[in-house]
Amino acid sequence: MKSQEAAERRSRDLSDIVLIIPCSGIGKAFGSISREATYCVVEDMKKGETDTLCLSSLVMGDEDAIRSVKSHRCIAVDGCPNECSKKNLQLLDAKLAANYRVVDVLRENRTLKPNAITFLDEDGLKLARILAERITSKIDELSERGTVR
Amino acid sequence: MNAVSKIGVVSCSGECCTEGTISRIATRIVLEKLRPDNTVTICLPLFSIGEQGERMFAKFFPTIAVDGCDKKCAKNAIEKYSGKTARSIVISDLLKNWNIKDPSPRRQLNKNGLEAAAKVAEEIAVSMDAIFKRGRQS
Repeated sequence: MKSQEAAERRSRDLSDIVLIIPCSGIGKAFGSISREATYCVVEDMKKGETDTLCLSSLVMGDEDAIRSVKSHRCIAVDGCPNECSKKNLQLLDAKLAANYRVVDVLRENRTLKPNAITFLDEDGLKLARILAERITSKIDELSERGTVR
Repeated sequence: MNAVSKIGVVSCSGECCTEGTISRIATRIVLEKLRPDNTVTICLPLFSIGEQGERMFAKFFPTIAVDGCDKKCAKNAIEKYSGKTARSIVISDLLKNWNIKDPSPRRQLNKNGLEAAAKVAEEIAVSMDAIFKRGRQS
């Protein structure tokens, strides 16, 4: 009986993890910022409560990845208005709980001017941090509503 | 034989593993330093949401897929939506061949990872030169 309870708890805990899916953009700083914001959340701010996976594998129909986005709450983090992450998650009928765009955060923080793409500069890292805090607040909000944890 | 002016270098951008980071950084090194005038990068997920510009480019210009793992998402996406790739590079295979160990972490590559990315970039540039030399054979 105890082992069954433990299995159920594990299953419940896994389904409580929120997946943060960045856009995979490579041509502009926006994509790098979306990725860094994701790592800030997954590796620092909400470690153990969140995870990420490759948007490319989702796009190409990887069965494990698709099963994951259908069974976990997802937050899309897009760099630009093309919204590749959000649109691909919608196409897959994923559990999309929220979506964010780096361009919107940039518009609200016009003094920050990220230039570097491969290795983010200071302004790029600041924007990523701002976005990560926003994502974290959303996860807390979902948690208070009882939809996560 | 057609003259080739531009080549699409398509990185898988894999966020979940170190090899994805290497593929992305190697692609950026080619774009920014090694072959800046001849390289075009394409955002892979744009393919699947039907971005015609990306698909048409990959249809009419040669492409090199740079994948982190053997799922080969970049290669498969190009070949599904546009046409055969001119070269397919898989980072996990190269790391094994070059005996490069522990290039982690994925978020910020260590010395081994950065060296690996530089080597992969050279590999891409060599492939590009070979494609330029022979023209597009299709």
